[in-house]
Amino acid sequence: MKIKRALLALSLAAAVGGNAVAQPIKVGELNSYKRFPAFLEPYKKGWQLALEEINTAGGVDGRKLEVVSRDDGGNPGDAVRVADELIARDKVSMLMGEFASNIGLAVSSLAKQRKIVFVAAEPLTDKLVWGDGNRYTFRLRPSTYMQVAMLVPEAVKLKKMRWALVYPNYEYGQSAAASFKKLMTAAQPGIRIVAEQAPPLGKIDAGAVVQALQDAKPDAIFSALFAADLQKFVREGSLRGLFKGRPVFNLLGGEPEYLDPLKDETPEGWWVTGYPWRQIETPAHKKFLAAYEKRWHDYPRMGSVVGYATMYSVADALKKARSTDSDALIAALEGLEVQTPFGPIVYRAVDHQSTMGAYVGQLAKKNGKGVMVNWHYADGNSFLPPPAEARALRGQ
Amino acid sequence: MTGSAILIQFMNGLAGASSLFLVAAGLSLIFGVTRIVNFAHGSFYMLGLYLAYSLIERFGHGAAGFWAAILVAAVAVAFLGLLVEVFVLRRLYASPELLQLLATFALVLVIQDFTLWVWGPEDLLGPRVPGLDAAVTIVGHRFPQYDLLLIVLGPLILVALHLLLTRTRWGTLVRAATEDREMAGALGVNQKWLFTAVFALGALLAGGGGALQIPREPANLFLDLSVIADAFVVVVVGGLGSVPGAFLAALLIAEIKAFCIGIGSLAIAGHVISLSKLTLVVEFLVMAVVLVLRPWGLLGRLRAQPRGGGGVERPLVLPSRPALYGLGAMAMLLAVLPALTAGYPLILLTDIFVFALFAVSLHFIMGPGGMPSFGHAAYFGLGAYGAGLLLLRGGMPMESALALGPLLGGFAALLFGWFCVRLSGVYMAMLTLAFAQISWSIAFQWDSVTGGSNGLIGIWPAAWLASRTAYYYLTLAVSAGCIVMLWRMLHSPFGYALRAGRDSPLRADAIGIDVRRQQWAAFVVAGIFAAVAGALYVFSKGSISPDALAVPRSVDGLVMVLLGGIQTLTGPVWGAALFTWLQDTASRNVEYWRAVIGLVILALVLAFPQGLAGFLRQRLSPGADEP
Repeated sequence: MKIKRALLALSLAAAVGGNAVAQPIKVGELNSYKRFPAFLEPYKKGWQLALEEINTAGGVDGRKLEVVSRDDGGNPGDAVRVADELIARDKVSMLMGEFASNIGLAVSSLAKQRKIVFVAAEPLTDKLVWGDGNRYTFRLRPSTYMQVAMLVPEAVKLKKMRWALVYPNYEYGQSAAASFKKLMTAAQPGIRIVAEQAPPLGKIDAGAVVQALQDAKPDAIFSALFAADLQKFVREGSLRGLFKGRPVFNLLGGEPEYLDPLKDETPEGWWVTGYPWRQIETPAHKKFLAAYEKRWHDYPRMGSVVGYATMYSVADALKKARSTDSDALIAALEGLEVQTPFGPIVYRAVDHQSTMGAYVGQLAKKNGKGVMVNWHYADGNSFLPPPAEARALRGQ
Repeated sequence: MTGSAILIQFMNGLAGASSLFLVAAGLSLIFGVTRIVNFAHGSFYMLGLYLAYSLIERFGHGAAGFWAAILVAAVAVAFLGLLVEVFVLRRLYASPELLQLLATFALVLVIQDFTLWVWGPEDLLGPRVPGLDAAVTIVGHRFPQYDLLLIVLGPLILVALHLLLTRTRWGTLVRAATEDREMAGALGVNQKWLFTAVFALGALLAGGGGALQIPREPANLFLDLSVIADAFVVVVVGGLGSVPGAFLAALLIAEIKAFCIGIGSLAIAGHVISLSKLTLVVEFLVMAVVLVLRPWGLLGRLRAQPRGGGGVERPLVLPSRPALYGLGAMAMLLAVLPALTAGYPLILLTDIFVFALFAVSLHFIMGPGGMPSFGHAAYFGLGAYGAGLLLLRGGMPMESALALGPLLGGFAALLFGWFCVRLSGVYMAMLTLAFAQISWSIAFQWDSVTGGSNGLIGIWPAAWLASRTAYYYLTLAVSAGCIVMLWRMLHSPFGYALRAGRDSPLRADAIGIDVRRQQWAAFVVAGIFAAVAGALYVFSKGSISPDALAVPRSVDGLVMVLLGGIQTLTGPVWGAALFTWLQDTASRNVEYWRAVIGLVILALVLAFPQGLAGFLRQRLSPGADEP
């Protein structure tokens, strides 16, 4: 009898104790860390910082948040295997991450098939939420279309008629150019595209491209180049005098990842989308900046903000859903408001796109470094199509 | 284009040609003498650039510092090349052909991660050259001074190399070894040090070529792979081992590129063709045309096949009874596995089955067929696209799409194979690569059909096959069935005739075997089975994008075949299993997982120069490999 009672007490204690140290909630994270390290190392630091903050503040409903992070091998086939393993082996409740558009789309398709929520951090393709959007996929960053739309009002103000386009030859560049043409023609009928150069990604023949653009005698230039292509284009273009008297608009050109390598060759006056981290004085950003610099002894890049905001989106969704069930999570994410270093954002119910924006401004040189001046925050919400149109884009 | 624009674009082309020539010349020399297909050549180039960047930071931005940095970087890379040759490649000259390729591939992985570890992820834009940092005005256009220097430098180095090869004793020995290395050896030339010297010289040219790009190219981690493909194309178009040929090819390709960009777009019969977009693939188009018209490149000649070394292969024998029982038992084990687990092992094994079939189909033409292919992923990818398109655009049920999709790969193999079997050795391999790149660029560009660079998504199996277990069984059954069929074919009269054609084309021809026809048929068979693997792959992933046809996928196939051992029947299966498992495990547990894979492959290559299955066979039946 006594023994029985003792056993009962023991098992009760075990049950209570088990509740006190509740199982952590597992989130699967995957990205092409070794293929795109320039963007993704800061990204990883961003979500790690957010994760530490969340868990220090008590986690989600008293449960710790645990992120199982994996390299996706840098191609869609391996990424799908890794994601599927995160689901089957690590039993994660949600997926987050991804950088390249083709890999992001492949994982979003798996998310739909396995009925698990996927918060895409970085992939820019419009298709992720529109043409190929699905119920289980949400996306944080402003898409290619949105970022182009943010630049267009400034481009229209200049009243230039002859435009030259240069963009990396893959979906991001192609759709950036297509959106630019469409939006510009609507805002300023009669503009002419006098040259269009689409060098292979990472392999721009900068001298020849600059020369070809010059020969077309454009009034202004729209570029979607980034990383090494952008650096080569800037150097050749300045050397050969392409930018003299010609305004240039460059998508993503103000992101520290792509701006910082230019150092004292930063082309002044270019209009760009980016992240002027030194100068954003909002309380939300100052708090983030201080925490990031304290934790990593480094300044944040665009990727840092993306990683940080993605992690908070996931945590807030789990908090609001009070469950790890996919349907509950979808309901929670639709219309979810998240506090980010850029201010509050909302995941739209209609197309699962967040209203995170980007900073639009001009490039300048300061102490041999590139900075953004003259900038303003372009709220994503103002550059998204209205719900009815978005629904049509999703084929609903 | 105006006259002055044409002149400037021509000069842009000349500057580009010099840059290309510097990398390609080293690669051509190395191949000509040692017959090593050096994948790590692009990595040497990348290291040269990174080293030069750091050295300039250290030596200061003055003109003296700049040129000293270039020189030191080139010499440092040459020294690395020397170490690689002495400690790795020298041990592999007696191994089957192409095994050195595996070792250099491992080096690529190690150097990639090493560079990331040392220099960090951010692009490093080097300084302009002091004294040559401005532009001069030529017919009203501004043209960078440094490009003028490059235009002069390329031909100067060509002349220097030419003099070195024709006017020095060392050059004479190198040429002798290029013509017939066994004969040179028999005449008392110390091949060891000749090979080492040539390899170091090649590395010097690659490292120097990279370092010289400092003012034109930011140091970044994509350089190795982007350069290596270009360099190979130049070398093959020019003719393997021919330095003047490499120069001519570099000139041809760089000028064609410059004018594609200069002209921009072209209107033909109402259609606007973007020549700017054509630069994605133009060098491979040039290579395909040149190889079809001149099978040994512009200035190349048919060379004596190296004797000894890998030597004549042992006849393929039917697997012994215990081996058959072993394989049967393994299949049974795999068949009952889902009873034990429903999760993660099935996911990994599904991938392994797919890649095993892919590797066996590649081995079918490479091993018994004697036709190396660097572009086998084309058929894999086309099979996947075929199945995906039939499902999504053709509205076919999944089962029919899976069955009929591979025909697309088969048709491609039928077409490409006809050209490829007319060539041999590395030329053939490079032509397969050219066709693969052309297929890739079509998938990449044809947005309305293939979905462009994003590819197609939502390609899932029918409901009854949708669970992981069901699809596991499907993949196991189809892959195993196809592999057995391929193996069986090798022991049919067709397989015997194929091997006869490989071992002795003349005698095979004399007894009435149409060698080319046999090879063509084998090419198509291998293409169809690779396409079946691709179709299985697409339904297990739910999506397909151009990566599936790209060079890395082809290289993965080669690595699997070589890792397992090209001279054995089951080798590719073990190679596929090991490589896929290694990738999965390493990337899960280690941060620098590519370096780990590279080091493991390097260790395996050095420990088992005959491949895994080759090693096992030697152990299990001693004396079997004695001549």
